[in-house]
Amino acid sequence: MPLSSRHLLGLDGIPSDDIKLILDTATSFREVLERPIKKVPSLQGKTVVNLFFENSTRTRISFELAERRLSADPVNMSADASSVRKGETLKDTARNIEMMKIDMVVMRHAAAGAAHYLSQVVRANVINAGDGAHEHPTQALLDMYTIREKLGTLQDVNICIVGDIAHSRVALSNIYGLRAMGAKVSVCGPRTLIPAEIDRLGVRVHYDLDEAMAGADVLNVLRIQLERQDRCFLPTLREYSQAYGVTPERLARAKRPIVVMHPGPINRGVEISADVADGEHSLILQQVLNGVAVRMSVLYLLGTAN
Amino acid sequence: MNYLLKNGRVIDPLTDHDGIADILIVDGRIEAVGKNLKAPAGTEQHDLTGVVVAPGFTDMHVHLREPGFEHKETIETGCHSAAAGGFTAVCCMPNTQPAIDDPSIIRMIIERAKKVHQGVVDVYPVAAVTKDRNGKLLAPMIELAGAGAVAFTDDGAPVADAEVMRRALEYAGMLRKTVIQHAEETSMTKGGAMSEGFVSTALGMPAMPRAAEDVIVARDIHLVRSFAAQYHVAHISTRGAVDLVRTAKRDGLSVTCEVTPHHFTLTDEAVRSFDTNTKMNPPLRSADDVEAMKEGLRDGTIDVIATDHAPHSYDEKEVEYVYAPFGIVGLETSIGLSVSELVLPGILTIAQLIEKCSVNPRKILGLPELRIEPGARANLTLFDPAKEWIVDTQKFKSKSKNSPFHGRTLTGKPLGIFNNGVLFLS
Amino acid sequence: MNIKARIIDEPGFERMLRRLAHEILERNKGSETIAIVGIVTRGEIIARRLAKMIQDIEHRELQIGFLDITLYRDDLRDNLKQPILRGTDISFDVTGKNIVLVDDVLYTGRTVRAALDEIVDLGRPATIQLAVVADRGHREFPIKADFVGKNIPTSPDEEVRVLVKEIDGEDAVLLVEREGGKA
Repeated sequence: MPLSSRHLLGLDGIPSDDIKLILDTATSFREVLERPIKKVPSLQGKTVVNLFFENSTRTRISFELAERRLSADPVNMSADASSVRKGETLKDTARNIEMMKIDMVVMRHAAAGAAHYLSQVVRANVINAGDGAHEHPTQALLDMYTIREKLGTLQDVNICIVGDIAHSRVALSNIYGLRAMGAKVSVCGPRTLIPAEIDRLGVRVHYDLDEAMAGADVLNVLRIQLERQDRCFLPTLREYSQAYGVTPERLARAKRPIVVMHPGPINRGVEISADVADGEHSLILQQVLNGVAVRMSVLYLLGTAN
Repeated sequence: MNYLLKNGRVIDPLTDHDGIADILIVDGRIEAVGKNLKAPAGTEQHDLTGVVVAPGFTDMHVHLREPGFEHKETIETGCHSAAAGGFTAVCCMPNTQPAIDDPSIIRMIIERAKKVHQGVVDVYPVAAVTKDRNGKLLAPMIELAGAGAVAFTDDGAPVADAEVMRRALEYAGMLRKTVIQHAEETSMTKGGAMSEGFVSTALGMPAMPRAAEDVIVARDIHLVRSFAAQYHVAHISTRGAVDLVRTAKRDGLSVTCEVTPHHFTLTDEAVRSFDTNTKMNPPLRSADDVEAMKEGLRDGTIDVIATDHAPHSYDEKEVEYVYAPFGIVGLETSIGLSVSELVLPGILTIAQLIEKCSVNPRKILGLPELRIEPGARANLTLFDPAKEWIVDTQKFKSKSKNSPFHGRTLTGKPLGIFNNGVLFLS
Repeated sequence: MNIKARIIDEPGFERMLRRLAHEILERNKGSETIAIVGIVTRGEIIARRLAKMIQDIEHRELQIGFLDITLYRDDLRDNLKQPILRGTDISFDVTGKNIVLVDDVLYTGRTVRAALDEIVDLGRPATIQLAVVADRGHREFPIKADFVGKNIPTSPDEEVRVLVKEIDGEDAVLLVEREGGKA
């Protein structure tokens, strides 16, 4: 039973069976990651290009590890080294990749829809590693895997995503994926960072973090971009951190067990206090481990389907 | 050459005529309109059974791209596209390179247009409001009008500065010319690629709020109220802006507006395809806004249908959505979309459609009235309101093929035009 | 499923497994150094049965694990139906052990090849031995079973099916006509 699509472009509209298959398969790869030799031959002979038009060392390394552990041959192409800066279009880059007989492309790009576009012009399987503020499906899948691992299920679990929802591909992919799996999702942040009509995606909106935490099992805390002040989204980071920073005091006040996740990299002391990030509530390092397993799962399922 | 157009359904809103008739054209003038007309020897005859014969359509919002962007469109290809789309006249926008802010450019455009297919399509340049369209210093409007400019706009960009807009309205008003505003508060739309709303949220796409259009229209209407002038909103797209124009009209102000076929046909849902041919400015709006466009057309708030024909070469559009340029070609799908979306559902009668495509734009721009009666110069648009056809962008006469309507089945097809003594059949 | 012959029935199945258990113990001089590894899915069930028998004979706990060789298959790229991953579950260290690999039917040897590769990735066993319920011949790799329940000569148009109570409701070994026509 393969995935329903040749590509993983996003979680918008994805069947819940696909999500389940990816998460279940990832469990097998978690086991592989515990072995002395953390490598299986499944994608031997497959070439995967990691096409990163935006810097993201963490995501790229996670993908590269996943590829190597499946015995695929990764090729890394980042914006700095590529000809993109010289005005070469994505289409031309894609066509060159095509001529080099690449089997799969993992792409990070600043433009929403870039992965959809790429999937239309190359024959390779395309995995979206983040397109603008649109989607970052593997991040959401690893978040979901981590929640499921911790709480046993996603059905009816209350997840609150905190922070800059308006500019977050992580938030959007999580909303799509979690809703498909029957979770209850809310978002919390200042109104300037909550996008228009987001309630129509089936999420509750909170402007007050304590109120949001009163019903939450999981907090997924997003990194706040420090430059958001420039366009009047935020007055000051100090104020943001006071109003929306996740602290041990807040967790104590919530009077319920809440686990805390963060896609990284963390601004310690801004959106999350160091105590929380390093503390017992935190699943942040678990997310990193699961990230490799989930990406192996996606690469394996796409790379071995005909 | 003399022509006898037989058995057409002749509809002329100005003379309130709607009926089957023959039209005899001698030396470019209408000799007779009536039943069973006899043709003198050597007259070319055409049977137009089932075809509407209307006063020539004028598209008051077209980007011909020349000078400066001839890889997208030229005056020649643009005129062919207009003729194929059923337009005997187009108004070309000044966002060329250089901008149309000098009389010499206006004369050049008019001269070149006269050479295309014996001048069957009249090209009326719309000149820039400000020098270089930079929004700061007024362009020489008296000279520009003298050379043939029919209106003024900085289209592609708004006249943002309220003081500049006030002076432009006063100066153009003195010349009995209309200022056409591209209504966009650009401080609110920076980086935006589509309309702000549920779909932009669902796609994570940088977006432009509807309020950015509304606030400029509201401000401008207050300027018109204070400084009596002729003002026209280009490509209106929001319910808010339509409501503002409706109120202004009720108050007797000289405020008019136009809507594009894509803004009464498509919603922002079309952007989900990430097809860059759904990217235009103003962007596709919500279903409620589309409804407001139809209401505005029905109750007369919206005076004109204009295409905002904006050609871009294929490789300029074959890029990531946010990097793609705004705009689509529209001349060759305008009649089809108008009949399919407005006439068939009963929003407009054919006569009302003709008012919005011919009578009203010419009135706003002060162009000569067109009548279908003996003695008048023959300036006609011929279209079959019942003909179904499938849009094939590769068959477009325009140099560019950037249309979201490729493959769409439309009802209503332009068949030809007659103007300046020349018959063009597509 | 068109059954051509019932090779082993329920009492025979039990006797055959018991014999295999004794042979394994005899070869390894008891159960001290051995660990049983079943290849999912039917090999897993047979491994559980064998392990239970060996434990009952020896009165000592036996290490048992399960191997999903899907990730090591050599036909992943051209297999039309993507197999579902069930996962490998071997919680002990294989290094130094005498591993008894258990599967239902030995045919081309490709599954066993994949299993050998996977076990070697997990550690360095002292030996790997192979126990199967049925050997139907037609080897494509130089692989031979150490413990065989029944040798069943077959033509390419035939298949051997091992049924187990836990999945199929009965224990049996059947010779059936190949599904989807002749080879």
